[in-house]
Amino acid sequence: MSTRLVSFLLGLLAAALALVAAFAITSLVLIIAGDPVGEVWGEILTFPEQRNLANIINNATVLYLSGLAVAVAFKMNLFNIGVDGQYRIAAFVAAVVAGEAWLPGYLNTALAILAAVLVGAAWAGIAGLLRATRGVSEVISTIMLNFISTSVVAYFLRKAAVREEGSNTLGTKEIPEGSRIPSFSIGDGPGTEIYGFIFIAVAAGFAYWFVLNKTRFGFNLRATGQSTTAAVASGISVKRMTIGAMLISGGVAGLVGLPILFGDSYSYGSTFQSGLGFAGIAIALLGRNHPIGIALGALLFAFLDEQSNPLQILVGVSPDIVAITQGVIVLTVVISYEIVRRFGVRLEQQQVAKADRPVDEPKEVTA
Amino acid sequence: MRRTTKIAALLSAGILALTACGSDEPETSTDPGTGGESTTSEETEAPQSDLMVGMAYDVGGRGDQSFNDSAAAGLDQAVAEFGVTSQESEAEDGEAENAREERLRTFADAGFNPIIAVGFAYGPSIGVVSAEYPDVNFAIIDDSSVEADNVASLVFAEEQGSFLVGAAAALKSETGQVGFVGGVETPLIQKFQAGYEAGVAAVDPDITVDVTYLTQVPDFSGFGDPAKGKTAAQGMFDNGADIVYHAAGGSGGGVFEAASESGNLAIGVDSDQYNTADPSVQDVILTSMLKNVDVAVYTYLSEVVGGTVPSGVTTYDLAADGVGYSTSGGQVDDIAGDLDAYKQQIIDGEIEVPTAP
Repeated sequence: MSTRLVSFLLGLLAAALALVAAFAITSLVLIIAGDPVGEVWGEILTFPEQRNLANIINNATVLYLSGLAVAVAFKMNLFNIGVDGQYRIAAFVAAVVAGEAWLPGYLNTALAILAAVLVGAAWAGIAGLLRATRGVSEVISTIMLNFISTSVVAYFLRKAAVREEGSNTLGTKEIPEGSRIPSFSIGDGPGTEIYGFIFIAVAAGFAYWFVLNKTRFGFNLRATGQSTTAAVASGISVKRMTIGAMLISGGVAGLVGLPILFGDSYSYGSTFQSGLGFAGIAIALLGRNHPIGIALGALLFAFLDEQSNPLQILVGVSPDIVAITQGVIVLTVVISYEIVRRFGVRLEQQQVAKADRPVDEPKEVTA
Repeated sequence: MRRTTKIAALLSAGILALTACGSDEPETSTDPGTGGESTTSEETEAPQSDLMVGMAYDVGGRGDQSFNDSAAAGLDQAVAEFGVTSQESEAEDGEAENAREERLRTFADAGFNPIIAVGFAYGPSIGVVSAEYPDVNFAIIDDSSVEADNVASLVFAEEQGSFLVGAAAALKSETGQVGFVGGVETPLIQKFQAGYEAGVAAVDPDITVDVTYLTQVPDFSGFGDPAKGKTAAQGMFDNGADIVYHAAGGSGGGVFEAASESGNLAIGVDSDQYNTADPSVQDVILTSMLKNVDVAVYTYLSEVVGGTVPSGVTTYDLAADGVGYSTSGGQVDDIAGDLDAYKQQIIDGEIEVPTAP
């Protein structure tokens, strides 16, 4: 077997191990709580209907972007907890820009997306700048920036808000129809539309892969992430890389809320989905910062979320059980990758040892 | 790199687990109970109805001792009296819009009719789902933005009830300064504030009203954080206020504590909090602004059982006994005459209470 194949199989093994362990632990929780284990898994693991499938793909699109944003920073050994604040402030600004409609049609959309990326990047850039110039831990500063983002959005939302007659929700002006990103349907009946933004998400995934693996900047970023001293020795400016990585991470974070904004809600209001940034951390870990791995992780999380929704109605078990599963998956993934990595190392050592012995003697003879 | 990964894993697992704990507590104990309750009452009680009621709560669900509980009380009453079957589900904090829609669709697909959505957050999703299921009846509380033949909007004149407790606060205040603690600054809670201020001003325009909100949208934690409520109320009492009215859901417990510790008074909200709050703070609860969500839910269900399907906007105001003030504890007995006079004036239209501050 080639080493590439072995490492691929080991990766699959690690993921499978993590999932099995997570399901076992969740089942244990269900048994202890006295809930019907079989019925719960039966409900979660049924094949989703068309409209559920659409919801899963849509939510996965959003989670994927969040995972990507976190992964960019991870590659540089930075922990961007602030994706949550970054995407909310960016989505808000995009909603205001798109709602005001200074430009016609899709020019307006493009302007709003650009604004979101810039705002997300700027918000994350604050943390990057503090880290690079003053050595402030990005973990602390991004958490604080999350809170500030909440307050800033709240303050400006009240200024920008328009209120529909009879409704008690606050929201920005609706995006005009010509600037919305059209959805496409994967089936018949209502609720089977997929956000058109999914193509932008796929493009972002491709760009992530390309920049990291095929450009000099990506090489520098990975090198700095793996060893700062080595990077410095080879002439890479760590400060510039830190700020650069945070800017890109924030820029991608700026995209997170946009599929919802341009495909579903058309305005940023008090019921806009929150907490996506934290889910992104788990998904980036699950996907090992690999663009395809993150996609699978996002699909898994979206699948669990969607399938858990009817639990309370049909089985009488709180859907929060799925949050436990998700949390456990994150832990088991890290543990099982570590176990499988050690196993892989030992496997390699054995192979090298085996290969060494017969080759050793003739080599010595020739030498 | 690997160290960051481990820290990140622990943190995010912790966050996910914490969100699970947060909303899990109240419902695990109550939800199976209600399921059982509805079936047993079907067996034991004489009246029977094949009506299956789907109840979609807002964040917090049954057991929040406030808004959702009030709706649940109306449902329980209907279950006991009409023998309807019910099933409940609650929203999760910060969930996606399509999760709310999907909850309503799951109810509709499982044969539940009518479906009651508790809370204004369901407004947009009721609009979408009611159009997809024209044969299913929906009711929504606190929102009147959806106009459809199969949607009944149940809204309240919170400003009228708040006017009365505002008048009570003004009549009882000795320092000439009272306070208002709002949970989250939304148009809905501003209605409480507007009514309260108008009530105070009706008695004595010179009394100052301190106003504070615990959080701003989209942060809804102000409805469930007693520590924030306590700090805010404490600040008002220190500043010279002697009565504080809260419209802050679960955070109100902290307001009562602050009142109790500083020897001042507080006013409850939504349900008669003299009966629902912790007994140790009972004596500081002057009165409560009643928002009878239970009456609205019960009335709606009784009409559905009776064969008529309500639609359009129903406003539960003072005249319809949808809002009011509580008298438990007897602290407002001496001013009941004044309050009832105001109440009559509002019902007669002589006083018009503003809905925005």
